[in-house]
Amino acid sequence: MTTTTIAQPPMAPSALTERRNLWRGLWRFTARRPVGAAAGLICILLIFVAIFAHQLAPSAPDALFPTAKLKPPSAAHPFGTDNLFRDMFSRILIGSQISLGVGFASVFVGTLLGTLFGLVGGYARGWADMAINRVIDTVMAFPPLVLAIFFLSIFHATFFTVSMAIGIIIAPVTARIVRGAVLSVVNLQYIEAARALGSSHTRLMFRHVLPNVSAPIIVIASIQIGNAILAEAALSFLSLGIATDAHPSWGKMLQDSRSVWEQAWWTAVIPGVAISIAVLAFNMFGDALRDALDPRLRGS
Amino acid sequence: MTQYIIKRLLLAVLVLWIVSVIVFSAVRVIPGDICKIVTAAPDVDAKQCASIKHGLGLDKPVVTQYLSYMGGIFHGDFGTALISKRKVWPEIRTRIPLTLELSLIATIFAMALALPIGIISAVKRDGPADYGLRLLTIGWLSIPGFWLGTMLIIYPAKWWGYSPPPGYTDIWNDPLKNLQQLYLPAIALGLALSASLARITRSSMLEVLRQDYVRTARAKGLVGRVVVTRHALKNAMIPVITLFAVQFGFLLGGTVVLESIFSLPGLGLLTLSSVLIKDYPVVQGLVLFFAIVLILINLLVDISYAWFDPRIRYA
Repeated sequence: MTTTTIAQPPMAPSALTERRNLWRGLWRFTARRPVGAAAGLICILLIFVAIFAHQLAPSAPDALFPTAKLKPPSAAHPFGTDNLFRDMFSRILIGSQISLGVGFASVFVGTLLGTLFGLVGGYARGWADMAINRVIDTVMAFPPLVLAIFFLSIFHATFFTVSMAIGIIIAPVTARIVRGAVLSVVNLQYIEAARALGSSHTRLMFRHVLPNVSAPIIVIASIQIGNAILAEAALSFLSLGIATDAHPSWGKMLQDSRSVWEQAWWTAVIPGVAISIAVLAFNMFGDALRDALDPRLRGS
Repeated sequence: MTQYIIKRLLLAVLVLWIVSVIVFSAVRVIPGDICKIVTAAPDVDAKQCASIKHGLGLDKPVVTQYLSYMGGIFHGDFGTALISKRKVWPEIRTRIPLTLELSLIATIFAMALALPIGIISAVKRDGPADYGLRLLTIGWLSIPGFWLGTMLIIYPAKWWGYSPPPGYTDIWNDPLKNLQQLYLPAIALGLALSASLARITRSSMLEVLRQDYVRTARAKGLVGRVVVTRHALKNAMIPVITLFAVQFGFLLGGTVVLESIFSLPGLGLLTLSSVLIKDYPVVQGLVLFFAIVLILINLLVDISYAWFDPRIRYA
C-alpha cells in the first residue's frame, strides 16, 4: 500500500545522519547524566564478561585445587576458594552468565507479553480491555516470588521455564504502563488519519501506535532488568534455579557456602557484592534512561 | 460510595475465582508422571501411586474434583498434606502469626525510614542531602534481601559476639525474646521496601509542594515544618499507599527467603519446604491463601482511597 507513507516522515533520514544522531545522542546523555553513563558502561562491561566468561575465567568453574580449601583471597585466587576446593573468581565470572542471561531473557519475555497485552487492551478497549485487565489483576494477586516458586514447582527448572517464571511476574507492570501510554496516543490525529486511509487494526497497532509508545517500553524494560536479576538470584538461592556445579550462579553460590559463611567471609560477601553491583548498575542506568527518555515516568 | 465498594468487591471476587481455578488446574497440568515427581523415584508401585492420586484428588472425574475442591475451600478445608497426612488449613493457620508479625515489623521499619527520607529529599530538592539520600535508596534497592539477612547473621556474631536467641518464641510467651528473634529478618525484609517507599514519597511530595494551597499556607505565615507535615504530607500519601499495596506482595514473597535463612517456622518456610518435597496440596493451599490476603489488602486500599479522596469515588 502506498497510501500509508503519508503517516511517515516525508524523507527517510539516510543511514549516515542517523548514525551521527545516535553518537550525538550518546554524547548528550553522557554529558548530562555522567552517573547514568558510568552505570551504563558497567552494564556493558558486565555483559561482555558474561559473554566471554569461559575465555576470561582462569580455570573451569568446577576445577579442583586440592591444596586450596577455603583459602582467603590471594594472588592465585583473587576471590579465594570455596569449601569444595574451587576457585571463586572463575565461578563468579561464569555465574554472571545465568544471572544476566536469565535476567535479560525474563525481561524479554515479560516485555513481549506485557506490550502485547497493554497494546491490545489500550487500543481495543471494551470487553477485550476488561478481560486483559482481569488477567493482569489475577497475576498481580499472587506475591511475585511465590508465583515464580509455584510455577517452578509445576514445571521443571530450565533456562526457559525460569525465564518464563520471572517474565510472568514482570509482565503485568509492563502491560499497565504500555496500556496507559497507548491510551494517551490512540486518540491523536495521526492515528485517526491512518485509520481514515484504511489501515487495518493490526497495522494501526503495530505500525502507528507501537512506535510511539516505544520510549516507555524501553524505559520500563531497562528498569526491570535489575529486578529480574534479583529474582533469579533469589530463586537460585532457594535452589529452584538452573545452577549446577559446572555452571554456578551467584545466588546458588551463596546458598552452597551456607555452612561455611561464618569461617570464610569471602564465600558470603563476594557473591552478594556481585549481585548488588550488577543490580545497582542496571538500576542506575535504567533510572538515567528514564529521566532522559520519558520524564513522565519519573518516580515510578 | 456504596456503588464503588460493591463494584470493587465484585471484581475482587471475580479475580479470586480465577485465582482458585488457576491453583486448581496447576497440579493437573504438571508435565510427566505425577507419581514419579512426587516420590522423586524412578519406579512407583501401583498402590502407592493410587494413594498419591487419591491424596491429590486426581482419581475422580475433573468436575467432581473441582466441585469438592471449591466446596472444601468454602468450608475452610484446603485438603490434606501428602507427606505428613495433616490437614492443610491448620498447618497454615498456626503459622500465620509469625509471618504476620514479621511483615508488620518490616512494614513499620520501612515506613519509619522511608517517610523522613522521602520528605527531607523532597524539601531539600537537588541539594547534597537529596543526592545523598537518593543514592542511598537506589543502593538499598539493589541489595538482595537474602544476602543482607546473611550479613546480619554473620557480622554481629563475628564483630561483637552477638547473635539473637535461636529458634522462635511465641510473642505471648516471651515478647522480648520474640522481638529479638524477629527484628533482624524484619530489617532485611523491610530495607528494599523502605527504599521504594522513600522514592515514591519524594516524588509525591514534590508534586504536592508545587500546589497552590501549599503556597497559600506558606504565604499566610505558617512555619515550614507545619506546612510540610500538616498540609503537604497527608495529600502526598495516596501514591505511597498505592505503592505499598503493590509492594506488599514482594514483602510476602521475601518472607519465603528470610524465614528460610533465619529458620523461622512461618508461612514462607512452609512454602519453600513443601515446594521442595512437592507436597502439592500444601503448596496449593499456601498459594491460594497468599492470593486471598493480597486481594483483600488491595480491596481495602481501593476502598480507603475513596474514603480519603472523594474524587476517586466518581471517577
